[in-house]
Amino acid sequence: MHLKIDKVYKSFGYGAQRKEVLSDVSFDIHSGEFVALVGSSGSGKSTVMRLIAGLDQPSSGTISMDGSKIEKPGPDRGMVFQKYSLYPWLTAAQNVAFGMQLQGRPKREVRERCSYFLDVVGLGDAARRLPQELSGGMQQRIAIARALAAEPKVLLLDEPFGALDIQIRESMQEFLHDLWRRTGLTALLITHDLEEALLLAGTVHIMAPSPGRIVRSVSVDLDCSAMAHLRVSPEFLSMREELAHCLRGLEPAVGA
Amino acid sequence: MSVLQRLIRHPWALGLTGIMVVLLLWYAITASGSVNKLFLPSPQAVWSAGQQQWSSGILLKDAIASIQRVFIGFAMSAGLALPLGILMGTNPVICRLLEPLMGLIRYMPAPAFIPLLIIYFGLDELPKVLLIFIGTFFFNTLMIMDSVKFVPRELVETAMTLGGRTMPILTRVVAPFIAPQVLDAYRINMASAWNLVIVAELVAATEGLGKRISLAQRFLRTDEIFMGLIVIGLIGLVIDLGFRALMRRACSWAN
Repeated sequence: MHLKIDKVYKSFGYGAQRKEVLSDVSFDIHSGEFVALVGSSGSGKSTVMRLIAGLDQPSSGTISMDGSKIEKPGPDRGMVFQKYSLYPWLTAAQNVAFGMQLQGRPKREVRERCSYFLDVVGLGDAARRLPQELSGGMQQRIAIARALAAEPKVLLLDEPFGALDIQIRESMQEFLHDLWRRTGLTALLITHDLEEALLLAGTVHIMAPSPGRIVRSVSVDLDCSAMAHLRVSPEFLSMREELAHCLRGLEPAVGA
Repeated sequence: MSVLQRLIRHPWALGLTGIMVVLLLWYAITASGSVNKLFLPSPQAVWSAGQQQWSSGILLKDAIASIQRVFIGFAMSAGLALPLGILMGTNPVICRLLEPLMGLIRYMPAPAFIPLLIIYFGLDELPKVLLIFIGTFFFNTLMIMDSVKFVPRELVETAMTLGGRTMPILTRVVAPFIAPQVLDAYRINMASAWNLVIVAELVAATEGLGKRISLAQRFLRTDEIFMGLIVIGLIGLVIDLGFRALMRRACSWAN
């Protein structure tokens, strides 16, 4: 699988109201990679994700998957949102089954894959519970299971842990890293949290606002097997500090 | 906990107390003889008027006639409002086309249509059913449209990224999400349907609870008027409770 984002521009509105939100964004994702886009709000990172999902169209430039242009949403690009990620009237298992049912998979296959992916995210016991009975972290794990069950070629994560408490965030980051290692999934993570991006992704693109563009791309080669240690290791901290400095420099001056 | 405390804490306790107090006051006033019986019949007189009409079968026949009109008119209204409301809530062009029109008609008092309906359709069932339809359809549609607009975008887009097309998204995402609000809209507008059937029967009918009240007026039978009012109220209450029970059962996730 090769997802290619090639010289993408995006603007909203017309005439004097016209606002350029993305300018010349290009990057690639290959099978098995974990890529993160980091930026402050207004840097257009969520717009990039919506374009890849096919929920919006670029103003110019192309996004293609294995050579064919992306024009509309499809199950080959599974998406997990920050909030309202689950259908509140469906149980955890029904949520996981939802995408597979839309795809018209046979009932038996849906049932088997459903319990398999619930186990993959460690929530086999929660199958019959409604989302409101689950914690925020559990809900996001179910949403990830639902996206994975639909067999996407790339998993799009739009600030998936943005609404969670810090402790839960950390355990979810470990969960996601572990999931990536175990299943070999391909993922694109949108986050404003530099630490999260560095811990999880092999490639981190830093985005600057107005108009949104990639200003720096970093390959991360850290040993993430002991994430708790890594978070406080000098090597990690200096890398984080250097990039945080870069990000701070991108903030528009107050009053400007 | 004493028996009394338990009784008071029962969810119905206070509501029933309120009703009992009014009944007792009513009884006390009529028993004291300070008000002319013609204006305020005693509870016993109303009860026996009810018994009389029940045993002669008139009450049941009237109630069935009224309920039937409400249900036919409201079923038409609810059945058409659902797809149209969803259409207006999801399609901005159709919404902009129809919302001002419906907003205008909604504020025309439905009873004002009675003369026209009688000219067009005579005195049969059709004008009464249509009155209920006119009086509830626009409210139902606009309330359903509003509920569709509050469906979180993420829920729809998630379904799209999972491979969902328009129809499955409408039936499997939009419809379940709005179900509680739709049921609530129906419950609220059912009250106007119930009002309108009585209005229609006051104008022209051969049977029905409203008709019985206007007949009773002609013969100064205030006991029968009271009886009619109470029966109308009770049936309305039962319908309301029915909708609430349906909502609790069908939409337990929304509570």
